[in-house]
Amino acid sequence: MLKSPPVTTMGSSLALKGIGDGLLVTVPDGDWHVVWPSLLQAIDERADFFRGARLVLQVADRDLGAAELGGLRDELQEREVALAAILSSSAGTRSAGANLGLALEIPRPELGEDGEREPVRFELEGDQAVLIERTLRSGQKVRHPGHVVVLGDVNPGAEVIAGGNVVVWGKLRGVVHAGATGNERSVVCALDLTPTQLRIGSHISVSPERKGNPRPEKAYVKDGNLVAEAWKTS
Amino acid sequence: MGAKVVTVTSGKGGVGKTTTTANIAAALAAAGHRVVCIDADIGLRNLDLVMGLENRIVYDLVDVVEGRCKLRQAMIKDKRVPNLYLIPAAQTRDKTAISPEDMIEVTAQLRRDNDWILIDSPAGIEGGFRNALAPADIVLIVTNPEVSAVRDADRIIGLVEAEEKDPPKLILNRVKPDMVRRGEMLKAEDVLEVLAIELIGVVPEDEQVLTASNRGTPLALDGRSRAGRAFQAIARRLMGEQVPLEEFAAEDGFLRRLSRKVRTGGQPA
Ligand SMILES: Nc1ncnc2c1ncn2[C@@H]1O[C@H](COP(=O)(O)OP(=O)(O)O)[C@@H](O)[C@H]1O
Ligand SMILES: [Mg+2]
Repeated sequence: MLKSPPVTTMGSSLALKGIGDGLLVTVPDGDWHVVWPSLLQAIDERADFFRGARLVLQVADRDLGAAELGGLRDELQEREVALAAILSSSAGTRSAGANLGLALEIPRPELGEDGEREPVRFELEGDQAVLIERTLRSGQKVRHPGHVVVLGDVNPGAEVIAGGNVVVWGKLRGVVHAGATGNERSVVCALDLTPTQLRIGSHISVSPERKGNPRPEKAYVKDGNLVAEAWKTS
Repeated sequence: MGAKVVTVTSGKGGVGKTTTTANIAAALAAAGHRVVCIDADIGLRNLDLVMGLENRIVYDLVDVVEGRCKLRQAMIKDKRVPNLYLIPAAQTRDKTAISPEDMIEVTAQLRRDNDWILIDSPAGIEGGFRNALAPADIVLIVTNPEVSAVRDADRIIGLVEAEEKDPPKLILNRVKPDMVRRGEMLKAEDVLEVLAIELIGVVPEDEQVLTASNRGTPLALDGRSRAGRAFQAIARRLMGEQVPLEEFAAEDGFLRRLSRKVRTGGQPA
């Protein structure tokens, strides 16, 4: 299966991988009664990053019953996290998951009546950073524990949530959240930085009206404030 | 060679898909091309009304798909223009009556003997959107110059791109030139800034659209109204002619910059 090094920005570690708008979490081995609470704690420590996410849990050959899976789903729901799928080689876990209506493989949402859509596929995928070689359009959302690089625009109504930095080689008009797992040293760069809302770590700002011509800018946290300045390479 | 399949769609309803389909179809047929329109907006059928063919419906698209009639029997011949046919939508509420594969099959049968197949699609938030999209060679997105309509159009462009179709082309409908001039309405330029796809036509707000729809006579059949001329121009652009964008659509310098924008705007490879 997909392996990634634990994200260790702070507190408990967590093996995490972005899959479009969803997140793949690999549950470590060990006693369930120890593993599960520590997983929840790891999620709580990154509440901003996880809020609204669709989770796919990789539990390998671990045997989980309907009660355990149901409880897990409810606890996640309290945190506004949706359990979308459970990946397991255990027949018991798979049948319990199926009974709860969970997908048993990484779901590829059909576009249905409610406007649900195909997840954005990363053009180049890695654990540290992903590259998206296209414009993110309204309603499209990318969530990744590492850095996100977009070669294209991020349109109004699109969203990028990254554990690390966000670099947009284009116009950034949508919502962007860098350092969403708590790293306040993250930056957001764009050729035209006019996001609907910009967040770094726990800081939030909205763009002022643009004056003059667009220019490449970099936003970061300076002395506890979000600031943007001309993006220079030096 | 066979026909080109053109799907006319939008983010939200009521922006002018049916009006556009009827008028482009009429203009193409009036230019001598063989055209079949398919109303794929199941349950919200009204292309037959706008084309003035409602009273002649016997069979519909679902009848064809479910084998209750031959394709030929469901094709209603237009009263005014030769070589223009309509396959009407069913009034059924059952939107699962048709699948994307069905649409591909129906259009495959029509391609050989026609030049154009125009599909009037449901809005992109509706389930039937995927059916209408499946056989498309060309996708036309209709939007109005309003922030919310543009935002919805952007979503739908994303969906079309996810289906790995060619980048769709944009029709900006119901533009009020006076308001644009006063800076009270989004300009074509503003819309293209966000959507970054090729603009294939700008249609002005025109009262005659409504009177023509009520009469069941597509405006584009006579070029006396501004909207009718705009739809004719879109048909000519589809046929490969270079037709400059209408005067009223342009701000200073916009026309000059348009061609460049269109080329750099589309999808990155
Ligand atoms: N350019 C226009 N000027 C004036 N009215 C228009 C124009 N285009 C469409 N309309 C009107 O808008 C309404 C919705 O158009 P319609 O083509 O049915 O939209 P859709 O098929 O997208 O739901 C109709 O009443 C139609 O007459
Ligand atoms: Mg319609």
